[in-house]
Amino acid sequence: MFNDAKIKELKTKKQVWTEKVEASIQKRPERKKEFSTDSEITINRLYTPEELGEFDYEEKLGFPGEYPYTRGVQPTMYRGRLWTMRQYAGFGTAEETNERFKYLLNQGQTGLSCAFDLPTQIGYDSDQPLSRGEVGKVGVAIDSLKDMEILFDGIPLDKVSTSMTINAPAAVLLAMYIAVAEKQGVTPDKLSGTIQNDILKEYVARGTYIFPPAESMRLITNIFDYCSKNVPNWNTISISGYHIREAGATAVQEIAFTLSDGIAYVDAALKAGLNVDDFAPRLSFFFNAHVNFFEEIAKFRAARRIWAKIMKERFGAKNPKSLMLRFHTQTAGSTLTAQQPDVNIMRVAFQALSAVLGGTQSLHTNSRDEALALPTEESVLIALRTQQVIGYEIGVTDTVDPLGGSYFIEALTNDIEAKVWDYINKIDNLGGAVKAIELGYMQKEIQESAYHYQKAVESGEQVVIGVNKFQMKEEKPKDLMRVDPEVEKFQVEKTQKVKEERNNPQVEKCLTELKAAARTDTNLMPYILDAVKAYATLGEVCGVLREVFGEYQAVATI
Amino acid sequence: MSEKKIRVLVAKPGLDGHDRGAKVIAQALRDAGMEVIYTGLRQTPEQIVEAAIQEDVQVIGLSILSGAHLHLFPPVVELLKKQGIGDILVIGGGIIPDDDIPTLKAAGISEVFTPGTSTQDIIDYIKANVK
Repeated sequence: MFNDAKIKELKTKKQVWTEKVEASIQKRPERKKEFSTDSEITINRLYTPEELGEFDYEEKLGFPGEYPYTRGVQPTMYRGRLWTMRQYAGFGTAEETNERFKYLLNQGQTGLSCAFDLPTQIGYDSDQPLSRGEVGKVGVAIDSLKDMEILFDGIPLDKVSTSMTINAPAAVLLAMYIAVAEKQGVTPDKLSGTIQNDILKEYVARGTYIFPPAESMRLITNIFDYCSKNVPNWNTISISGYHIREAGATAVQEIAFTLSDGIAYVDAALKAGLNVDDFAPRLSFFFNAHVNFFEEIAKFRAARRIWAKIMKERFGAKNPKSLMLRFHTQTAGSTLTAQQPDVNIMRVAFQALSAVLGGTQSLHTNSRDEALALPTEESVLIALRTQQVIGYEIGVTDTVDPLGGSYFIEALTNDIEAKVWDYINKIDNLGGAVKAIELGYMQKEIQESAYHYQKAVESGEQVVIGVNKFQMKEEKPKDLMRVDPEVEKFQVEKTQKVKEERNNPQVEKCLTELKAAARTDTNLMPYILDAVKAYATLGEVCGVLREVFGEYQAVATI
Repeated sequence: MSEKKIRVLVAKPGLDGHDRGAKVIAQALRDAGMEVIYTGLRQTPEQIVEAAIQEDVQVIGLSILSGAHLHLFPPVVELLKKQGIGDILVIGGGIIPDDDIPTLKAAGISEVFTPGTSTQDIIDYIKANVK
């Protein structure tokens, strides 16, 4: 990008400038001896063309909507259409969550994002013993198609896209969604949305796994295959760095482990006989927007460039859509403080801005009270309004990749890319992501980073306003959101009623057929679809699969 | 130090998979010279008490972020008492509303640590209160 002679001249001048500055620093030192990002990338005092050196614009950046997609996956980005504002919501019963969904849509939200309670995520019905105390707590309780019908009552599924944070039992919830849509008269080809369906990061960081890796990967490739033929606009997986970051990973680890997981999914699908360009366009990603503003922006840009290279060079994908890393972002829950919770509004705003400057396709902004409880409606509204201010008021959406070409951002993007490749190569050498997880490699790396961060907070090296600096005496806020303790009883009774009223011989037949199919290598989606349409419960379907597949046993890493 | 090392069981009752805090605390306690056993995820109160007996611990640290603490913390203390080992120090942590803390303390949870607590405070508390 810059001519050699000019750079040489610049180098000399910069040397002179640096010497001047170093002299004055003797008297008035800088705030820290060394400045660095969360991933411990050293930050220089100043960035100039010198740091970029032989920067080949076309190779590093290209044009928006073109390889390597560093500047964005669409040619016009937010000049064309803003990102999808998608607040993660779900609690209590399907009835209550349906109300919250409608409220959010009425406030100008443009897509739904559904949180499920832990029993649902782990494939248990509300009336199973391990579900006690957990029903409806961190998300909505879904036991049968009946609940799903209530959840989306009055919401036209051909008009609204829905993202579902569901992993181990993703096939079952997707089947229920397809069945509800059919009842609304919407055919599967008209559906758009996402299932998270990313089991590898469950083993690494999030913990809602059920089946062992091989069987889980089989379910995932079954979904890829089924959707490519029947639900073509569905994002069949959301390969997630979010939870890896929340568990303590650095920005570099977040991208490296997520893309390594991505490689493992592509490998599994190819091994199952799928054609890369048939499923790769529907792979999507999910990242965290954390506190270190510029590093986050650079991280998103680097992730796009690396994934494009992986898909093109490693997997030989031809369809441009296979090369595009499209992603959802959520602001960093772990950076929210219970102390002075209103300050979280500012944290969220900066994190959200970094996601927008990094070119996200959809965004969830956290609510100020989430270090204390589930968010109240008022807090969720402030969080949504924060996105709307960024989108409609402050002008950052008027040009594509506004920070592209910044010496600092480009240097940081390069640095992150290099460090991510180091990790990806290391994981390849261990035998790939699945093997690395079985060895506990990713888990240990994340634990170390988490502990390092905690020590930095406790030593004061990492400032957290209200926690280790600018603390004040305060009363804990009242009016926190609380899930009604009656939810569990209500839900258990509803499910028992469903079990009484359905055609039980039909359910038995479906479950028997599913079990037999699970023992072969046939695609399980049609069997699961039949079972949920007969009102077999989530716990029953997963129970059958548990019998055939067994359950995952976590590796001890501490 | 000629004293016997303090043995701690760090446990995750319930179904939530958020174990960053549990693992950070396990490591901090270990660095403070304690012997720490981490149970892993999805433990029932029965499993936790069984592990506490097998590992002969003096302290149990319960970590939960799903909101099921009122259902899952008290049974641990009850089961310990039933086994005649009610002198084990039981502490808890996670996303726990202030309003719930008196209930948990009345049920025999000695102390509850909420977000923003330093690991040093927990170490000091254990050293001062272990029996």
